[in-house]
Amino acid sequence: MANLTPELEKARLKILKISEDFGLDCYETIFELINYDQMSQFASYGGFPVRYPHWRFGMEYERLSKSYEYGLSKIYEMVINNNPCYAYLMEGNRLVDQKLVMAHMYGHCDFFKNNKWFEPTDRKMMDTMANHATRIRRYIDRYGLDEVEKFIDHCLSIENLIDRYSPYKPTFKSNVVELEEQQKTSLFTSGKEFLDEYISSAAKFRAGAENHDEQGVDERNKFPERPERDVLLFLMNHAPLKNWQQDVLSIVRAEAYYYVPQGMTKIMNEGWASYWHSKMMTEKILADSEVIDYADACAGTLAMSPTSFNPYKVGIELFRNIEERWNKGQFGKEWNDCNDIAERKNWDKKLGLGREKIFQVRRDYNDVTFIDEFLTEEFCVQNKMFVYRFNQRTGQYEVDTRQFPSVKKQLLFQLTNFGQPIIHVENANHKNRGELLLRHLFEGVEMQQNYMEETLRNLHKIWKRPVHISTSFDGKDTIVSFDGKAFSQA
Amino acid sequence: MSIRRDQGRFRDIVRGKIRENFKKYVTHDELIGKREKDYVKIPVPYIDIPRFKYGPKQQGGVGQGDGKDGDPVGGEAQPGQGQAGSDPGEHSLEVDISFDELADILGEELQLPRIEPKGGKIQSEKNNYTGMAPTGPDSLKHFKSSYKRALKRYISSGIYDPKNPVVIPIRGDFRYRSAKKVEQPQANAVVIYIMDVSGSMGEEQKEIVRLESFWINTWLKKHYKGLETRFIVHDAAAKEVDEDTFFKTSESGGTLISSAYKLCYEMIERDYPADQWNIYPFHFSDGDNWSSDDTKMCMRFLQEQILPKVNFFGYGQVESKYGSGQFYKDLEKEFPAEEKVVLSRIKNKEHILGSIKDFLGKAR
Repeated sequence: MANLTPELEKARLKILKISEDFGLDCYETIFELINYDQMSQFASYGGFPVRYPHWRFGMEYERLSKSYEYGLSKIYEMVINNNPCYAYLMEGNRLVDQKLVMAHMYGHCDFFKNNKWFEPTDRKMMDTMANHATRIRRYIDRYGLDEVEKFIDHCLSIENLIDRYSPYKPTFKSNVVELEEQQKTSLFTSGKEFLDEYISSAAKFRAGAENHDEQGVDERNKFPERPERDVLLFLMNHAPLKNWQQDVLSIVRAEAYYYVPQGMTKIMNEGWASYWHSKMMTEKILADSEVIDYADACAGTLAMSPTSFNPYKVGIELFRNIEERWNKGQFGKEWNDCNDIAERKNWDKKLGLGREKIFQVRRDYNDVTFIDEFLTEEFCVQNKMFVYRFNQRTGQYEVDTRQFPSVKKQLLFQLTNFGQPIIHVENANHKNRGELLLRHLFEGVEMQQNYMEETLRNLHKIWKRPVHISTSFDGKDTIVSFDGKAFSQA
Repeated sequence: MSIRRDQGRFRDIVRGKIRENFKKYVTHDELIGKREKDYVKIPVPYIDIPRFKYGPKQQGGVGQGDGKDGDPVGGEAQPGQGQAGSDPGEHSLEVDISFDELADILGEELQLPRIEPKGGKIQSEKNNYTGMAPTGPDSLKHFKSSYKRALKRYISSGIYDPKNPVVIPIRGDFRYRSAKKVEQPQANAVVIYIMDVSGSMGEEQKEIVRLESFWINTWLKKHYKGLETRFIVHDAAAKEVDEDTFFKTSESGGTLISSAYKLCYEMIERDYPADQWNIYPFHFSDGDNWSSDDTKMCMRFLQEQILPKVNFFGYGQVESKYGSGQFYKDLEKEFPAEEKVVLSRIKNKEHILGSIKDFLGKAR
C-alpha cells in the first residue's frame, strides 16, 4: 500500500470496512499522499501522473498552482477511474478532511466500478495515458515539437465532435491501432472508389450537369450515406493524414472518450460520493471533536450558488429524496394519481425500499435519465431552483422563472451532449468536390461565431479542402464556409 | 518534472503574445493604475482552444437560491465576452507579473543592453544567518542541532534507550541560528525626472511623461536595487515634488528650463557624489523655452555642471500643439557628438516604446 502515514492508514482501513458494510463495492483503491505541487500537476494532467507534452497542461498547472499559492482555491480530492483506482490525498490537510475525502472517494470508486455507463471505459487508463505519451514523444522526436504540437492543437479544436453514445454500441472500437493496418480510404490520395462511381462515369456526369442545382448533386453523391456523429473517427479514416497524424488524432479521440462517462454522470457521481461520505462520517466515523470542522468543510462543498447549480448539492439531495420516497412508497400509479396535499405529505407505506432503490439508480442511470425521472416539482421548490437568462436590455443575468417544466427543460438541455452543439458529418463530397460539410442540429441556440470560424480554420488544416458547416443565425439557415483563405456565408 | 516543460512552453507562448501585442500594453493606461507593491497586473492572453460552442449569452442556466423573477443573479460577466467579434481563441486572464519579469520582457522586446553596475564603493550590510549560538529567540531555534546535542548528551551519559528513543532536551542543548553581518557592494542609482509643467503642456503630454517614466523606472529598478527617484517640475521656476504631485500637478505659466537644470545640479551636488552614484536625469518638455538667452544658460549648465557628473542625460520632447519644439534643435546643435546626451521625440502614445528604446538602448 502506498505512502500513507500510520494514522491515515488506520483511518483508511476503518473507512474501507464501513463502506463494505454499507454495500459499496470498489476496485482496490490505492491512496497516495502528495504535496500541493504534485496535486496541481496531476490535476493539470486530468488526474494522471503522465501525459503527452502539451502547453495546455502547463497553462492549467500555472493557473492551479498560482491559485493555490495565493490561497484562492484548493483541490481536496482527486480520484482516477482505473483498476486499481488511484486516489490522491493532499499532504497537510487536517485529519478530519482526509477522512472525509477518503469516504468520498470510496463513493466514487464504487460508482466507477458499478455504474453501467462506465462499463466501456478503459480500466487501464493509467497505462494507456503513459503509452500515449510515449507515442507522442516519439513523433516529437521525429517530426519536431512545433509540428506535432500544432497538429495536436488542431485535433483538440474538434475534440468535442464525438458520438457520446457510440461506446455503448457493440461495434464501437476505441482502440484504433487496427484501423491503421486496414487500408484507409482517403478521399484524395487513394481509394476513390466511391467517387469514381460518380465522377468518372460520363453518363452520370451528364445527368448531373443537366440537373445542376447543388442540392441535387449533393443528394446523389453523398458520402457517408448516413450522417456520422463521430467526426473524429470519420476524419481518421478519410482525411488525407500522414500515419503519425492519424495516430495522434486517434489518441486525442480515445482520451476524449475516456472522459465521456465522467461528464455524463457528474451530478450522480458527485451526489453518490457525497451521500456516502455524509452517511459514513456522521454515523460511523466522526469523533465528537471533529464535528464542527466536518460540518464546515461539508457546507463549503454543498453551498448553493445563484449562477451555477452545484452538482454535489443537487446530486446528494436527489439521492436522499429518492431514498425517502422509496422508503415511504411515494411512487407508482397510486402516488401519482393522488392529488390530496395532506395525504401526500403524510404518505408513508413503510416499504423501506430506499437503500435498494438508490443502488439500482446508481447502476442504471446517467445524469440525463436521472434528472428526467427523479427531479420532482417538490424538489425544485425545496431546493430553490430557477432558470436564469441574459437580459439584453439590462445587460445582466436575471432570474427568468421558477416554473418546474422550465427548470427541468433547461437542466436537460444543459446535460444533453454536455451543453455543446450537436454536430455531425453531413457530406464529405459536398458539391461533388470532396468538400466537407458538417451539420449543426440547430436547437434554438446559436453558436458563437468567432469560435466557429477559428474551428473551421483548424478543421481545414486537417481536411485540406474547403470545409462548411450548416447552422442557423438570426433565424436563418446559414452555411458558413472556409476555403483555406476566406470565410463566406450562404 | 515534465509539467515544468509544459509550463515553460505555455509561458513562451504567452510571452510571444506579450511581445506581439506589446505596444498595446505599454500604452494601456490602467496598467499603472493597477500597480500594487511589487506586482503589476497585466492582462495576458489565456489561450482558449477554439471549438464549436454555443454563444455566451444565449444559453442561460439553472441556479439555486432566493430571488423573484427578474432579479439579477449577479452572474459574473465573463471576461472577454463583452467584445464579441474580437479575436477568438483568446481572452484575457489577468496574470500577475513581477516587475523583474516585466523588465526582462521589456529588455528582450527593446533589445536593451544590460546596464553595468557602477560604483561598488558603497557597502550595504546584510544579515546572513550562518552561525550557531547558544542563546537566541525561540523563533530562531535550530531543531536539528539542538536535537543532535541532546542526543549526544543522552548517548554519552548512557541513558539513551534505542527501544524507547525519546530524547528530551535541556536548556543547554538548544542552539539558535545567529546572524552574521555581511557587507555587500551595492550599485547606486538615482533617476531624476524633470517635467515641464508650463501652460503649453496639456493633459495628454503629461500622460505620456507619466507612462514613459513608469517604464523607465521599471527597467532601471531591475538593474539597481534601491533605486532612488527624484522629481522636479518647472515652469518659470523649478521645485522638487513628490511622485504623486509630479504626475498630477498642473501649473501654468512661462518656461525657464534653466531653473530646473540648476535645481537638478544642486541636487546632485548635495546628495549624490558622482563617484558613487549612477545618475540618470530625464527631462521631458514640449521644447518651448522662454528665451534664447535662457536656452544658452541651459546649454552652459549642461556642458559644465551636469554632464561631467551623470551617466547619461535624456531629453524627451513631447509634441504639443502649442510648443515650437525649438529646444530639441538647440540641444542637437549644441551636442552633436556627445554620447551622454540622448534626445528623443515623442509624437504620441504610440511612440513611447520607441522613445524608451532611444533612451535605454544608450544608457550605461
